Amino acid sequence: MNDVTLRELRVVGTRPVRPDGVDKVVGRAMFGGDAVMPGMIFGATVRSPHAHARIKKIDTSKAEAMKGVKAVVTSADFPDIPSEEAFVGEGPMNFRDLSRNLMARDKVLYDGHVVAAVAATSNSIARAAAESIEVEYEVLPHVIDEIEAAKGDAPLLHEDLFTSGLETKPSTPSNVAKRIEFVKGDLEAGFAAADKIVERTYKTAPVHQAYIEPHACVAAYNADGQCQVICSSQGQFMVRAYCAKLLGLDISEIRVTPAEIGGGFGGKTLVYLEPLALALSKKAGRPVRMIMDRTEVFRGTGPTSGGTVKVKIGAKMDGTITAADAEMYFQAGAYPGSPVQPGCMTCFAMYDLENARTIGFDVVSNRPKVAAYRAPGAPISTFATESAIDELAREIGMDPIDFRLKNAAKDGTKALYGPTFQNIGLIQTLEAAKNHPNLKEKLGPDQGRGVASGFWFNIGGESSASLNINEDGTAVLVSGSPDIGGSRASMAMMASEILGIDVSRVRPIVGDTSSVGFTHLTGGSRVTFATGTAVCEATEEVVKILKGRAAKIWEIDEEAVEWREGHAYPAGDNAGKFEPLSLADLAAKAARTGGPIAAKASVNAQGAGPGWGVHVVDVEVDRETGHVKILRYTAAQDVGRAIHPSYVEGQIQGGAVQGIGWALNEEYIYDKNGRLDNAGFLDYRVPVASDLPKIDTVMIEVPNPRHPFGAKGVGEVPIVPPMAAIANAIYDATGVRMTSLPMSPPKLRAALDAAGVGAKVAAE
Amino acid sequence: MATVHLGATLCRPYCGDVREVQVEARNISQMLRELDKKFPGIAKQIDESMAIAIDGVIFQDTVIEPIEPDSEVHLIPKIAGG
Amino acid sequence: MAKTHVTCTINGEEVEYLCEPQQTLLDVLRDDLGLTGSKEGCGSGDCGACSVIADGSLVCSCLMFGSEADGMEITTIEGIATADKLHPVQEQFLKHAALQCGFCTPGLIVATKALLDKHPNPTDEEARYWLAGNLCRCTGYDKIMNAVHAAAAQIRGETV
Repeated sequence: MNDVTLRELRVVGTRPVRPDGVDKVVGRAMFGGDAVMPGMIFGATVRSPHAHARIKKIDTSKAEAMKGVKAVVTSADFPDIPSEEAFVGEGPMNFRDLSRNLMARDKVLYDGHVVAAVAATSNSIARAAAESIEVEYEVLPHVIDEIEAAKGDAPLLHEDLFTSGLETKPSTPSNVAKRIEFVKGDLEAGFAAADKIVERTYKTAPVHQAYIEPHACVAAYNADGQCQVICSSQGQFMVRAYCAKLLGLDISEIRVTPAEIGGGFGGKTLVYLEPLALALSKKAGRPVRMIMDRTEVFRGTGPTSGGTVKVKIGAKMDGTITAADAEMYFQAGAYPGSPVQPGCMTCFAMYDLENARTIGFDVVSNRPKVAAYRAPGAPISTFATESAIDELAREIGMDPIDFRLKNAAKDGTKALYGPTFQNIGLIQTLEAAKNHPNLKEKLGPDQGRGVASGFWFNIGGESSASLNINEDGTAVLVSGSPDIGGSRASMAMMASEILGIDVSRVRPIVGDTSSVGFTHLTGGSRVTFATGTAVCEATEEVVKILKGRAAKIWEIDEEAVEWREGHAYPAGDNAGKFEPLSLADLAAKAARTGGPIAAKASVNAQGAGPGWGVHVVDVEVDRETGHVKILRYTAAQDVGRAIHPSYVEGQIQGGAVQGIGWALNEEYIYDKNGRLDNAGFLDYRVPVASDLPKIDTVMIEVPNPRHPFGAKGVGEVPIVPPMAAIANAIYDATGVRMTSLPMSPPKLRAALDAAGVGAKVAAE
Repeated sequence: MATVHLGATLCRPYCGDVREVQVEARNISQMLRELDKKFPGIAKQIDESMAIAIDGVIFQDTVIEPIEPDSEVHLIPKIAGG
Repeated sequence: MAKTHVTCTINGEEVEYLCEPQQTLLDVLRDDLGLTGSKEGCGSGDCGACSVIADGSLVCSCLMFGSEADGMEITTIEGIATADKLHPVQEQFLKHAALQCGFCTPGLIVATKALLDKHPNPTDEEARYWLAGNLCRCTGYDKIMNAVHAAAAQIRGETV
């Protein structure tokens, strides 16, 4: 354990006002759509109205002739990138697929797929020009559902897609991109030993990250080939890399400045507009601004998968789970790459199991290419497994939390996907949930209580930071991580803790790609862990320099200087009697003692600690309308160490509420032509303030020894348990087991009626 | 000798039915070399799409991490997030 | 296309502009007047990120035409604070960490001010229903409601 974690902490764990806060509450903060470049013109896209079609012809002549139109691009303006797999951004990516997702070539694969883009001197001209572009399509049959798409006779999306992961490579292409399997122990023996077995199939619909800020950028491709991009993104280095790859440029020719980002949740970990804007700018010789409207966001950017998950779990009457098996099909969208792998790895991770297996299929279909969404894959599979666990607990007559405690993963448990867990706090989290006062509240008629747990790996990766001491002893901290949820406050707090100065004297900023070292994108719950590590390393290096400067001034050995409470002190009486030197004192003397005091650090942080969450929800079901009211919500989570507790609570609350929306209302609704019916916030119904009670959080701190302050990632875990918790609560209230999401009023009402417990019965 | 578990589906095309091997290696780089000798092509696959868990701690996109003589190593799919 | 000449008061100052018929007030604020604090989240009045106060009423500026603002008194997020002091709503939003990405924040602050101007002592239910037109995807609304009630108390002169 790093000795910093053992000391009394002065700043870490407190709740200072975030340093970027005033800009955000007065409307001054610059988001992607607020950025301007002088002389900029405006881009618009042409999108396919068909779910699946061959592009026969694109006639851009009317647009090219229109007054005010400065550029028109189609796939002809982009290099035809060959198939190349790489792990970039947040998942395995095939660059050919990514470039074709951005701009269709030969075929369109979903309603909303971009086929052309224009840039003009005003938004209205750009839109008129886009509308004037005539595209001739040969409409093909389409398929969206993952089970339908996996069938042998389904409409084929890609002629060259052969299922990988099978014993023998198939001779005919299909829509199943891959099969994966994780297995341990002996399933047959495990099920044979079970006293009770639950076997059920669950289904979820695609849901969108639904960030309130649409994708936005402004980009300039200069005459000398150098490019500038300002955009809303979770990763400026990722944008730079993608643009370079997709446009055939050297990486150093592009400079990407991250604007403030209005929500991402994984949906902004790839590019949609930036390469288009650059290509248009190259042709037009002017900077180009592109902002999606809300319908484009829903139609053209990735929601997560919908999935079908078949679960079978067995246990003995004493509560021991003897075997667990799950098989799942996930939608990948137009190109391979659903999160079925993490779906398979996470759904049983909360349990110490001897015999377990998960099998997953990645299936392409005619809807937008999947983009990452907060703990990608886990919410879908865990909805199924945690619902089945609840049913099994009831079958053997055990309390759902006690059932989980009995089988809980703990230090030394070997996960289904291989590694052994260490320094985990699942048991503490289960106990904290169990002992929460909310669980003592009595339930009335039509009310029920449900529990579910969840897991997410969290990642580390590459991050950079630099700390510069100003002449007056204040500091500027530059890191490479876009701040989605208040992270720059935590960065300043960690630096000020180590420096021993007030947190208000450390100003954190987010650097652009030319001003700070390479930093992997903000996502995967990595920033506090990985960028925090870089910040701490840079700060420790600055402290070393400060001690060296004091040593020079006092003419003693560096080893004889110690740093505490923001001052250099002689270490012990033997070092000599000197008045302590403050950071400000040393900063004032910086030039004369060797030059500017600054340090930077770049790390590839490893050993991120996984997160564990346990949620308990009380609901009230209206048997007449099928409406579910959330009465109480408790979310307990192992957070490692809460650097800024308010923002950790915020992640837990925000993730839980996204899960509530996923559980009760959110879904993509396609018409029979494969067109999205609900491409707006009116009909894509996300939770609003009046839907919710307070979200009570409990933070368990089991420190991760691989972070200077013990922090673990926290952002993703909270979206994993809510759907099962709510389904379990609905069962508790009504005796009806919902196995498909969302559990929206019409579906719940129908299920209640089918079970004979609907309003008609209640009225009798 | 470190024990390397090859349970992941991604290993099958290279390892067939072999689920576990003993490898003499002091860091990930050496381990990849040794594995590639036994199962040609696997080093590239691991580098591109797999994470490596050494005694329970997950490493990704790094080859310099040390492996102890009695370490237990698992190859798992790379992990991302959102 | 003939433009309309509009004169109105924005954040206490007389403002004149020319706008195209199809431009919304939000378009005018953001693209022509440099007031980019109001945000476009949906363009259809469903998310509230563009909330402004027009002649005392809380409205979505994406649902008003720029030409409709003629003769009106408009308050945007930029007019909530005074030159040297944040409004209590803004102060409490910061104190209670009621924002994460900050995109919905301008709309929420304007909506909260409109609420407290009319109802200085709302119940939690009243406040939540008033703010149901302002979507937030990051916070789950929990800390926002803490800030709203704290701001109400501060405005009423109670110790916070």
